[in-house]
Amino acid sequence: MMQLAFTEPAGKLSPKDFASSQEVKWCRGCGDYSILKQVQTIFPDLGVAKEDFVFISGIGCSSRFTYYMDSYGLHGIHGRALSIASGVKMANPELSVWVISGDGDSLSIGGNHFIHTIRKNFDINMLMFNNQIYSLTKGQYSPTSEKGKVTKTTPFGSVEEPFDPVALALGAQARFVARTIDSDPKHMRDVLLRAHGFRGTSFVEIYQNCPIFNDGAFESFSDKHAKKEQVILLEHGKPLVFGDAQQMGIYFQNGRPRIALLGDPQFSEDDLWIHDETDRVKAVILGMFSRMVQDGRPFPRPFGIIFAQEGETYEAMLHAQIEAVRSRKAKMNLDQILSGSKTWNIQ
Amino acid sequence: MATGPGIKSEWIEAENIVVRFSGDSGDGMQLTGMQFSDTTAFLGNDLSTFPDYPSEIRAPSGTVAGVSAFQVHFGSSAVFTPGDRWDVLVAMNAAAFKADFPRLKRGGIVIANTAGFDRKSLSLANFPEGANPLEDGTLDGYTLYQVDFNKHTADSLKGIPLQPKEVARSKNMLVLGLLFWMFDKSMEFTIAAIRDKFLDKPDIAEANIQALKSGWNLGENMEIFTTRYVVRPASLPPGTYRNVHGNQAIAIGLMAAAEKSGLGLFLGSYPITPATDILQELSRYKSNGVLTFQAEDEIAAVCAAIGAAYAGKLATTTTSGPGLSLKTEAIGLATILEIPLVIIDVQRGGPSTGLPTKTEQADLMMAFYGRHGEAPLVVLAARSPNDCFRMAFEACRIAIEHMTPVILLSDGYIANGAEPWRFPKAEELPPIRVQFLDHANGPDNAVLPYLRDERGVRPWIIPGTPGLEHRIGGLEKEDKTGNVSYDPQNHEKMVRLRMQKIQSVERDIPPAELDSGTSGDGLLVVSWGSTYGAVKTAVRMLRNDGVNVAHLHVSYLNPFPANLGDILSQFQKILVPEMNSGQLVSILRSRYLVPAKAFSKVQGQPFTTEELCNAISEHYNAQ
Repeated sequence: MMQLAFTEPAGKLSPKDFASSQEVKWCRGCGDYSILKQVQTIFPDLGVAKEDFVFISGIGCSSRFTYYMDSYGLHGIHGRALSIASGVKMANPELSVWVISGDGDSLSIGGNHFIHTIRKNFDINMLMFNNQIYSLTKGQYSPTSEKGKVTKTTPFGSVEEPFDPVALALGAQARFVARTIDSDPKHMRDVLLRAHGFRGTSFVEIYQNCPIFNDGAFESFSDKHAKKEQVILLEHGKPLVFGDAQQMGIYFQNGRPRIALLGDPQFSEDDLWIHDETDRVKAVILGMFSRMVQDGRPFPRPFGIIFAQEGETYEAMLHAQIEAVRSRKAKMNLDQILSGSKTWNIQ
Repeated sequence: MATGPGIKSEWIEAENIVVRFSGDSGDGMQLTGMQFSDTTAFLGNDLSTFPDYPSEIRAPSGTVAGVSAFQVHFGSSAVFTPGDRWDVLVAMNAAAFKADFPRLKRGGIVIANTAGFDRKSLSLANFPEGANPLEDGTLDGYTLYQVDFNKHTADSLKGIPLQPKEVARSKNMLVLGLLFWMFDKSMEFTIAAIRDKFLDKPDIAEANIQALKSGWNLGENMEIFTTRYVVRPASLPPGTYRNVHGNQAIAIGLMAAAEKSGLGLFLGSYPITPATDILQELSRYKSNGVLTFQAEDEIAAVCAAIGAAYAGKLATTTTSGPGLSLKTEAIGLATILEIPLVIIDVQRGGPSTGLPTKTEQADLMMAFYGRHGEAPLVVLAARSPNDCFRMAFEACRIAIEHMTPVILLSDGYIANGAEPWRFPKAEELPPIRVQFLDHANGPDNAVLPYLRDERGVRPWIIPGTPGLEHRIGGLEKEDKTGNVSYDPQNHEKMVRLRMQKIQSVERDIPPAELDSGTSGDGLLVVSWGSTYGAVKTAVRMLRNDGVNVAHLHVSYLNPFPANLGDILSQFQKILVPEMNSGQLVSILRSRYLVPAKAFSKVQGQPFTTEELCNAISEHYNAQ
């Protein structure tokens, strides 16, 4: 009897090939599951050999991610994943380096590395799971928690203003800034693919629901009805429109963004905001939407590629400089290094 | 000898001389001292030098805080320290005199630049109104040479088209020329160095050479100079020598280890006194592919090094006390990851910012124990500027071959101090064995990142190796697989395995050996780190005087050499001098139950041989 065998062509990996043998131990309903799944889904198609993926993470629920990927991985210490990753990248620029971190890990204890790694522009894909809470330590406010947040350490409400990570990254001269959400797998996959393809530090903020300590924090961006009023899906070259029937738009008037009904006679058609992901000024304003209000109505939140403009990466320049010096100055052999330029003999 | 004895001069032969060049920060004393040292070394003396700068970059001119000095100790016999006290003090101004006269040997020589002892200079140096130490009897019993170097420089450079400022700047060469005359040293090395330095500024070169020669002629012609000194060449082992600073020697040691292991060298660092030179030095070696990374802070520096080590580099980080404090959590990570990492701590006075430009040995306990949890690692210490090379190489060798972080302790004293070094040839250095795992090492093609060899060492597996994908991290890991494990028995097992791995390094280091003396001596002095030279000198002097004292120096601190306990147990009395309140002595007492006593000095200053001799004698004679 003939047996029909359908086998994958050799070398073609499947998402399963990226799942490690370790049991995934996030809470039921945690947004992290979706992120893990999207990453494993896109990885076989990235054109990168499996052994060339490296995951580096810090501390927090998000950072356990490393243990669940069947790739190379290093679970580091709190806040320092980017620094470890930068060392990996300098040592071997060929590797595809992914950093997994959370809002506390990146923006609180790791704030210094966050701004400087972005500024230096290592070719690293950084996924920051923002759940606006410290979950692994069981519920304290984070640098992205809204002011007034009641948590175990702020029983009467926090008194701090939060960071908007997008604005912070842009302030640190980020060259790739994107935002996506755990509840929209397709959108997340598209954003992750772009982050992977981008040469330089790709910062992706992922809104991630923590069902235990901050459930519903992003409901207005995930709820089928609410999100229509609160979400702008950015597309390069397309206008910023939103609403039930895409009837609302963002206009630019007197140097400020304004929310209006499309066709509102107070605005010129030319003033409708067309998204340009290479426009840093516009990107900075998009980063301020989370804090802007018009007549008591919060601005909708932009999702997608907020800014993307490639520049030279740190490790490329570092190695290019070495090559440049080498081209005009011969390598010193060890005996020359040992002797230096001035020696004398004693008989 | 460059010239024969002159008619008017009397010659005195000396075995050892210490010269202290002291002046204002802008007087060029460092350069003068270095040139003098180079020539002295080329002509065969053994020597040791020590630059002593103010911690402020530009302290107010003419004040004691702004004094910059360079000390050189040269001799016809072996020299192990820059010297406790000086025979000759060159004082370019009143402030320099004030700072450095107290440690001039009784009856020593003062060469004073009278231009720096006018009313204003005396007042800036806080001498009472009307007082001038050159005139008030302070120097009775000393030899005082008064020269107006400013005027002589101006006179000697007449006709050379230079600005007055540039003329004034040449006066240090006049001083140098005079010293060369006094010690009968050839000027040719310095002339060549000047020509080399000012290749494209021939006027400046000419002025400097002219000033140098005028200085020599001053000695020859001025009536006041009647005595010259001869320090005959030392009988150093034959070979080729160079001059080396401790920090420079560390940089060379790291590069040598990179070459001998075949690994690329990575240094992640953040500028901090007195360790910065190492980062600066290595940054110059781009043509050798050295990767230097100036990080945003100490933590990023060590973490980048951890990343680089993980990816297969010889990874190092350099720092001083405050930076080591910041790096401790990351060093703990490297300990549990079990990856090679070389941490160099150039110690300075602490705690906190402490005394950034002064020396101390107070980070030993921190190197041993300064991490949370039980996180053992290897600790080594360098004992002299050129020993920094040997120990940096050793730190790399042990880190790589034993998959462990290694802390190398140096300190400000040997980091900035310099001495002649009979450097090795590349071929004389041992190879460093590196083996990246390239195949699955467990049953059924399993990857076992924590499967150990007979020494307890795990394999080094670098990302990019097909089929060996695995995860490592700071969470406690299961034996062999490295998977996260909270199992109580496993945790204890892993803590012990990590300890045994460090302990097993003792089989891979040289045994302890007495530096001098025998087991029959009445007292053993145990030193570590930069006190070596002073202790060795003190013990030699005492032994010459018939005191039966032995000396043991410990370079490998954790683990200690396996025979250390045996040696210690052969002595009734043990004295441990340290520039801290007694750290090694505590460890030795608790580890070996020996009656060791501390001799402490915590002043930001190295031990003098004199105080060591006194302390050793006192302990030797004590009942």
